[in-house]
Amino acid sequence: MAVREGLLALLHEGPRHGYQLKTEFEAATGGVWPLNVGQVYTTLDRLERDGLVGVSDNEGQKVYSITVDGVSALGAWWEAAPVDEPPPRDELMLKVLMAIERSTERGDAHAMSVITHQRTVLHSMLQSKRRARSVATTSLAARLVTDALVVRAEADLRWLDLCEAQLNGTPTRKARS
Amino acid sequence: MNDPVLELVDVVKTFGKGSTEVRALNGVDLAVSPAEFVAVMGPSGCGKSTLLHLAGGLEDVSSGRVRVAGRDIGDLDLASRAALRRTDVGYVFQRLNLLPSLTALENVALPLKLEGVGRREASARSLDALAAVGVTEQLSRYPDDFSGGQQQRIAIARAIVVERALILADEPSGALDTMTGDSVIELLSSLPGRFGTAIVLVTHEPRFASWADRVVFMRDGVVVDQTASTVPVSAAGAAT
Ligand SMILES: Nc1ncnc2c1ncn2[C@@H]1O[C@H](COP(=O)(O)OP(=O)(O)O)[C@@H](O)[C@H]1O
Ligand SMILES: [Mg+2]
Repeated sequence: MAVREGLLALLHEGPRHGYQLKTEFEAATGGVWPLNVGQVYTTLDRLERDGLVGVSDNEGQKVYSITVDGVSALGAWWEAAPVDEPPPRDELMLKVLMAIERSTERGDAHAMSVITHQRTVLHSMLQSKRRARSVATTSLAARLVTDALVVRAEADLRWLDLCEAQLNGTPTRKARS
Repeated sequence: MNDPVLELVDVVKTFGKGSTEVRALNGVDLAVSPAEFVAVMGPSGCGKSTLLHLAGGLEDVSSGRVRVAGRDIGDLDLASRAALRRTDVGYVFQRLNLLPSLTALENVALPLKLEGVGRREASARSLDALAAVGVTEQLSRYPDDFSGGQQQRIAIARAIVVERALILADEPSGALDTMTGDSVIELLSSLPGRFGTAIVLVTHEPRFASWADRVVFMRDGVVVDQTASTVPVSAAGAAT
């Protein structure tokens, strides 16, 4: 994942210790992206190996700073399109597609009940996110992370609506069978 | 354990006759507890608005029962039913909630005026209601002078200026942008805690529904599923 670039972005603000990077990374991502210290040092070692980060010693503690190459790598990352996993292959999609596949023999009832149930489950999740968001005196980062989850759940729910509409005897479905 | 503030039992509602008959509701069971916030979702035409109309006594069931605050709406004469609409049940619609010829303050005071509350008291209570929804300025202006979100807040103030057991809201954020809509629903969601009012909200937006204690899903005139409620279920139980 983009932990490398996240650390570079923090180092772009100035030199830091490894542990400091861990804490700042977690704060900046609203607490949803915990790093273990080992992972931070492994990543820093690789960044150093690739010439993107330099190390100096300050009273026995290692201090990391970004190099010129590091700055340009970071610049390229801000510009690049985010690369997620290749085409959507998430579990929800698999569930619904498999349910529809089975339905070709058993009728649409099974697929519809899977869609109905998944919709309810997603809504329950949205409700609990909402509650968590309104209870906690959370940071801006934490609120934005929750918003991201909410928006993604909304997208999944819209997709379920489309699945249901198509199964409900639209031309698309009829043409297929 | 509290008795439900709204209870629908096997409610059927048809429009038209014979070959043109439409079954808007086809056996709906639903119980809403006092101070519970329920969101109703489902595709267009599945019967959401019809459900609200029946719950508010605006229309009659074809069969089944609707009870509001312990009274069977079908048993009420016209006068009692009108009284129920004036006092127990408040409405907020998608738009056109406010009378354009009355100021914001006068709009909110209207239900009190209809109840015969004196001018001075009506004005004081309306100011309180407006403060509760966060509208405190320019109250002698007309609805057109307010933004869409402010207008919905004023409509909510009017709905709570009389102590209500139940507020029915049909897509109150339907005409608003996401952030403004969210803040209106957040305001609605605060009413049960502050005033003990139950709310039934019809919405298309999952994000708005997520403020509710329970989300009920409808399809083709029936309730097909619902999330578990976060408030204690009433004696009658959440209909399933
Ligand atoms: N007054 C009416 N006369 C005839 N048909 C109606 C009337 N009101 C609603 N319907 C029909 O009942 C069904 C449910 O409508 P409605 O409750 O408005 O759905 P929703 O609010 O979920 O979109 C629809 O098929 C609609 O056309
Ligand atoms: Mg409607």
